[in-house]
Amino acid sequence: MERAAQNKTVFDPLKLREDFPILRRRVHGKPLVYLDNAATTQKPNAVIDALKNYYETHNANIHRGVHTLSYESTLMYEEAHEKAARLIGAPDWRSIVFTRNATESINLVAYAWGLRNLKKNDEVLITLMEHHSNIVPWQMLRDRIGIRLNYVRVGRGGELDLDGLRGLITERTRLVSVVHASNVLGTINPVKLIADAAHKAGALVLVDAAQSVPHLPVDVIDIGCDFLAASGHKMMGPTGTGFLYGKPELLESMDPFLYGGDMIEKVTMERSTWNELPWKFEAGTPDIGGAIALGAAVDYITALGPENVAAYEDELLGHALGRLSEHEWIKIYGHGGGERVGVISFNVEGVHPHDVAGVLDEEGIAVRSGHHCAQPLMADLGMDYAVRMSFYLYNTKEEIDLAVEAIKKAKRIFG
Amino acid sequence: MEPDQYEYILDHYKNPRNYGKIEGADATYEEGIPSCGDVVRIDVKLNDGVIEDVKYSGTGCAISQASVSILTDSVKGKSVRDILSMKDEDMLSALGKPISPVRFKCALLGVKVLKKALLAKTAS
Repeated sequence: MERAAQNKTVFDPLKLREDFPILRRRVHGKPLVYLDNAATTQKPNAVIDALKNYYETHNANIHRGVHTLSYESTLMYEEAHEKAARLIGAPDWRSIVFTRNATESINLVAYAWGLRNLKKNDEVLITLMEHHSNIVPWQMLRDRIGIRLNYVRVGRGGELDLDGLRGLITERTRLVSVVHASNVLGTINPVKLIADAAHKAGALVLVDAAQSVPHLPVDVIDIGCDFLAASGHKMMGPTGTGFLYGKPELLESMDPFLYGGDMIEKVTMERSTWNELPWKFEAGTPDIGGAIALGAAVDYITALGPENVAAYEDELLGHALGRLSEHEWIKIYGHGGGERVGVISFNVEGVHPHDVAGVLDEEGIAVRSGHHCAQPLMADLGMDYAVRMSFYLYNTKEEIDLAVEAIKKAKRIFG
Repeated sequence: MEPDQYEYILDHYKNPRNYGKIEGADATYEEGIPSCGDVVRIDVKLNDGVIEDVKYSGTGCAISQASVSILTDSVKGKSVRDILSMKDEDMLSALGKPISPVRFKCALLGVKVLKKALLAKTAS
């Protein structure tokens, strides 16, 4: 972590790259160029070492027994909650529930809050920009209890239709669930303004922050959201990690999500009472090692400064947009100005996105091709499938240039 | 992989053979790959256990569409048994270019659909 700390003032991606062992690997004989960071990110030594250290030195189940290892792992696990809380400005670490991923965080709200509090004809407002993870759980509630699910539209430039949003918030709206940064277009949505509009109508607000927390400063108090779903593995933590922030009084009032060990206060043959926050929502043995390693990822990003990460990625994004725009046969979707994280979806005229990604792979370059788990948005923008490049703090302009050269090769072959 | 190695695939991608549908086909099957959206439909006309005619339709990447074009070109006159005993390598080696394992599912979609069409027919 010392190296990262030194980089707080001077952001040196070449130096940072040394922290990521996987970036030394070659693919098809070429150096790996990893531009699929919206799917998952690579892990620095600090995270890999934290995982290894936990299993080599501390491994024991938490909240059980009085032995030393159990005590240590409990402390480390709780500390990981504190780190996640600090990263997103949550005043109370007990308002952080660890989950497997952002999808599970949203499902937790749908099941533990939605099933109990929503009634037939209540409205949940989402947007057309959502990942499937913030669509399908609400469709489940629609089918089970007859809520209405409404969508805010997205303009060609990739911005949410905010006037439309205000019109769609009615007295029946109970929840507005909105993505902070789009995994397809990169659009950063004005979640603070949306939360304000929702609260005025008495609705709660859930922010899907899977693509924002890893890339820019996020503060739940400033946003004013009631829930925030985050991914651990998209911010250098291990896969299988994520978390949910909820206002403590809301979490207190909610039913549990999963039932069993560690989430109870007392169990008799007839009934059970629930443990305190956040354990009420963390049934069973959690991914202790993963959570502790996620804490190391939070340390890494905190030492760099989320604002510095955001500034550097914006530089990469500007460079990539410039290079891709040099070719009229590359169609970029939804970059009509406004704030973006480092995500670009595009198509190469006359070439199937899968073939573009295939040629890039032969050059050692990893990009995503497909529907990006956002089929309603893709359909609305008139692209069933697209190629997506997404950046992180260890990418360089040189890598983007290599990708552009490979895209030109794909155009030569297939176009 | 250099551009010229794609020549055979590109030829079939841009000039698909046996593209279309068969009225009154003896066997028809359609399947896609949900993660990438490629879809292939195959219609087969059989005569005494032998493929008399075959046509395909669908959309997708060059590898999936060219593979099914190449496949349909090679199976006329072959028996159902020949087709059902085809191995993945038989299809992959017919493409004129080494295919990266990440693209296997594209390249093998056509043969999978053809086998399912024939299996459904055999079962009925």
